[in-house]
Amino acid sequence: MELKMSVKKRLPSFELDVAFSCSPDKLLVLIGPSGAGKTTIIRMLAGLDKPDEGTITFDGETWLDTKKGIFVPPQKRRLGYVFQDYPLFPHLNVQKNVAFAAHDDTCVERLMKRFDIWHLRNTKVAMISGGERQRSAICQNLARKPRVLLMDEPFSALDAVTRKNLRKEIKQLKGELCIPIIHVTHDISEATQLGDELLPIVQGRIVPRWLLQFRLKELSFRRRTCIEDIWEQNDTYNDDLEVSSL
Amino acid sequence: MDWQPLFLSLKLAAVSTVLLIVLAAPLAYVLTLARFMGKAFLEALINLPMALPPTVLGFYLLVIMGPKGFLGRFWETITGSPLVFTFQGIIVALLIYCLPFAIQPMKAAFEKIDRSMLESAYVLGLSPLATFFRVIIPNSISGLAAAAILVFIHSIGAFGILLMVGGSIPGETKVASIAIYEAVESLAYREAGLMCLILIPISYSFLLLLNLITRRRGVWN
Repeated sequence: MELKMSVKKRLPSFELDVAFSCSPDKLLVLIGPSGAGKTTIIRMLAGLDKPDEGTITFDGETWLDTKKGIFVPPQKRRLGYVFQDYPLFPHLNVQKNVAFAAHDDTCVERLMKRFDIWHLRNTKVAMISGGERQRSAICQNLARKPRVLLMDEPFSALDAVTRKNLRKEIKQLKGELCIPIIHVTHDISEATQLGDELLPIVQGRIVPRWLLQFRLKELSFRRRTCIEDIWEQNDTYNDDLEVSSL
Repeated sequence: MDWQPLFLSLKLAAVSTVLLIVLAAPLAYVLTLARFMGKAFLEALINLPMALPPTVLGFYLLVIMGPKGFLGRFWETITGSPLVFTFQGIIVALLIYCLPFAIQPMKAAFEKIDRSMLESAYVLGLSPLATFFRVIIPNSISGLAAAAILVFIHSIGAFGILLMVGGSIPGETKVASIAIYEAVESLAYREAGLMCLILIPISYSFLLLLNLITRRRGVWN
């Protein structure tokens, strides 16, 4: 049940060129700055974008092979994709949204109770909060019993408390699902908290040292902030402490 | 007063509205989502009836729907009867004349649908056809309603094109607008006035309905 991807795609400002795999019990986090090509990667995995060349296979099944002209459409990949803006269907209530592509109704109820949205089952999606929409979107995708779960910055528009609770929920879910989960984020703490493996993407490439550089920058920022705090506390300027030397 | 032209107008408007909504919805969907060569040319062609004087359009329709025209001959081969100067003939003419009034609000409504919602439907396993019926149509109801009302109003008000293609055969093609014109021509002002008086509240109430729909849901949706 391993998901493997090796693709190239010419984007307006750089060429995306990545190769990686994700095993069923793992949560792989694609991390990197905005515009690095992370969303393009999972859109290609979902079948919503086509690469210029490459292959995508899942459990021995070829989803894409540009050389052989194979392309399995998104409808036939049976995966879950939690979009960044979690688009639910506005003409349906929450329960009908969750049940939209569900295999059975008992699973819908169970999931909705688990994600604490069962009380909203008869509410139209326009009337619920961002956190509730996100939980509904996750339930909608899980109700389909996906073979792979893709999540594109699913917590980016949520407040800190909701984000923290959902992270906890996803972490717990990861152990139960036993399917490859690919999570896109630019939030390093979210990545380290959730991910079994981290894949740093910069300008369409896998750049492992980016994480190290990011950590160093973060460390440097913390030191600088600490020193600035000392200056403020002493209300004096110490010429020996040059911020640029940090 | 002869009520027949008025009933014929309402029957014509109802039939052409139903047919146009069914025919125009998939066409508007393709024009909204598909990318193909010559799309701009096709859209301009569909909108041409809005820019042409109805008599010009009526003249060309009369030619192609006549016994020597390709559409007229095709119809005659299938049904054994001519197309021009019949109720079916004026319906075909109205479908072409009103097509842009159906396409425009539908396209506006379809364009407003979030692309990621459609992609979400595809990922959830829906084919483009199933997405059309299960996602696009239910979320474009006000656009479809606006299209239906516009088509209905234009069908009731059509005159030049109907006169060219249908003439004025009582019970077959003599609709209210033609009957009013003929009544005025024969100086039967009372009869013409009565028919006009009946048409005003019908058209007004449909326009009011259109305004209420567009105001409640924004422009077209």
